Amino acid sequence: MSLSVSRGEIFGFLGPNGAGKSTSIKMLLGLVSPSGGEAYVLGAPAGDVKIRRKVGFLPEDFRFYQWLTATELLEFHGRLCGMDAGRLRERVPYLVDLVGLAPHRGKRLQSFSKGMLQRIGLAQALVHDPEVIFLDEPTSGLDPMGRRLVRDIIRAQRDRGATVFLNSHILSEIEITCDQVAFIRDGEVVTTRDLRRWHEEKVRVRVRARKLSPQIVAGLAQWATCNPVDGESLTLTAASREALPEILGYLVQSGSAPFEFTPQRISLEDLFMEIVGEDRGL
Amino acid sequence: MRPLWVVASITFREAARKKILWTALIVGVGFLIVFAAGLYYQMADFRTSGVPPFLRYQILSAMLMVGLYTVDLLAVVMTILTSVDTISGEIASGTIQAIATKPIARWHVLIGKWAGFVAMLAIYVAGMFGGTLAVGYWLGGVALQNPLRGGLLVYLECLVALTATFLMGTWFSTLTNGVIVLGLHGLAFLGGWLEQMSGFAQGSGLVTLGVVSSLIMPTEAVWRRAAFLIQPPLAGALQFTPFANISVPSGAMVGYSGFYLLALLAAAIYHFQRRDL
Repeated sequence: MSLSVSRGEIFGFLGPNGAGKSTSIKMLLGLVSPSGGEAYVLGAPAGDVKIRRKVGFLPEDFRFYQWLTATELLEFHGRLCGMDAGRLRERVPYLVDLVGLAPHRGKRLQSFSKGMLQRIGLAQALVHDPEVIFLDEPTSGLDPMGRRLVRDIIRAQRDRGATVFLNSHILSEIEITCDQVAFIRDGEVVTTRDLRRWHEEKVRVRVRARKLSPQIVAGLAQWATCNPVDGESLTLTAASREALPEILGYLVQSGSAPFEFTPQRISLEDLFMEIVGEDRGL
Repeated sequence: MRPLWVVASITFREAARKKILWTALIVGVGFLIVFAAGLYYQMADFRTSGVPPFLRYQILSAMLMVGLYTVDLLAVVMTILTSVDTISGEIASGTIQAIATKPIARWHVLIGKWAGFVAMLAIYVAGMFGGTLAVGYWLGGVALQNPLRGGLLVYLECLVALTATFLMGTWFSTLTNGVIVLGLHGLAFLGGWLEQMSGFAQGSGLVTLGVVSSLIMPTEAVWRRAAFLIQPPLAGALQFTPFANISVPSGAMVGYSGFYLLALLAAAIYHFQRRDL
């Protein structure tokens, strides 16, 4: 696996179950020893104790001392990060409020729902204002409001200059949150995509026309790849959005009598299926 | 030192919040009440039966030794039961992941938790051992010799059991860990008694078996050394008591136990530092 993440971006890590996403994060954090190779976080070897002062982590299936209150949990983790009492007094209420748990700050975690644990887990990862934040499935237990909140927090972290390494199965979340994604399969990076630009790369168009003859469809090959014609319908994938006026002009001039020409967004899920492939079973 | 203190204090707090401390305290107080009642009734019997003062003292000493032996057994079992889930449970649940990725060395986590238990055990052993001695002195007028050295040896025994539990916790699941450490203490218990029996039978095979058992797990040997130090010399010389000075572990065995404890701790740190979490 070869991968690099630039500072100040939200990086999404995608892949099917068992692809090695969580294991990769654990290796970067020093929880799991790699069988070989090298990895660096902020220029230091993966797992370096000093550099962890600048790293935050929300594990998948966040588990914690259930007998602590939300405030006590953040204070404990802040102290582990070397924060003094004065800084904790400011930081902890701010974070509890940030993740929407202010009314529950004094409650023990054993009374928290999965979503609330997820939120306090995120606060725990941010307690020391880290430069790099690893989030393993941060929205898996959240309702839509919670997801939006987490998304906003992640973006705010990016905007203050932090790097966010996001591991999630929820592709729609990745799509609207991440700047860049890597697709992995069987422990290898298949490809990386810049989501800030990938919509410019390919565009799918749904065409409906009265006379879609084989000759007319063959003529589209210079701009796009076409699925088989289904009656009056055709779906084509153009190499870029720039080619769309020319394609439409061609369809009109060739006498196909088009009455619908709808560019469609290629979802990350489509891209995921295209790159990673169908489920081959476990 | 700060991370050690943070982890140690959270371990202490966990025991208090999960009511482990209070349960142990209630059980301890319950034991002391029963023991005190036993001594009280024994004293009442003495007043009506006319047992000579010399024999009374020996009987009361023996009762006190039995009480202290019970304290010793309780302390070791409590040590194992309360600490068995500390490392293995947090590894299995994944709780350790958010802690071990903080800017602290892994050995800070292990030693911090260990130190928390070391402090709790000091309070427990002092309370139970001291409480039993105080009850014996207050109700029976029995003052055993070398109480501080005896108490420290019982404490050492608990620390050996604690450290063995921590080491096994870095390797095995909670249940397996408990089975192994309790099994080891059972082996030490059996070995100690076999060695004691060898004094009657003069069997070198039994002695060897007992010594080997004590080398594998020296907890019981440390207690037998403590019993030798604290009980009255005459009671020790009487071969019908369970704590007779028949085959007394030497001071070297205490030294070995200290070394054994440090070796287990070093092995626990070594393995915890290297294992995947």
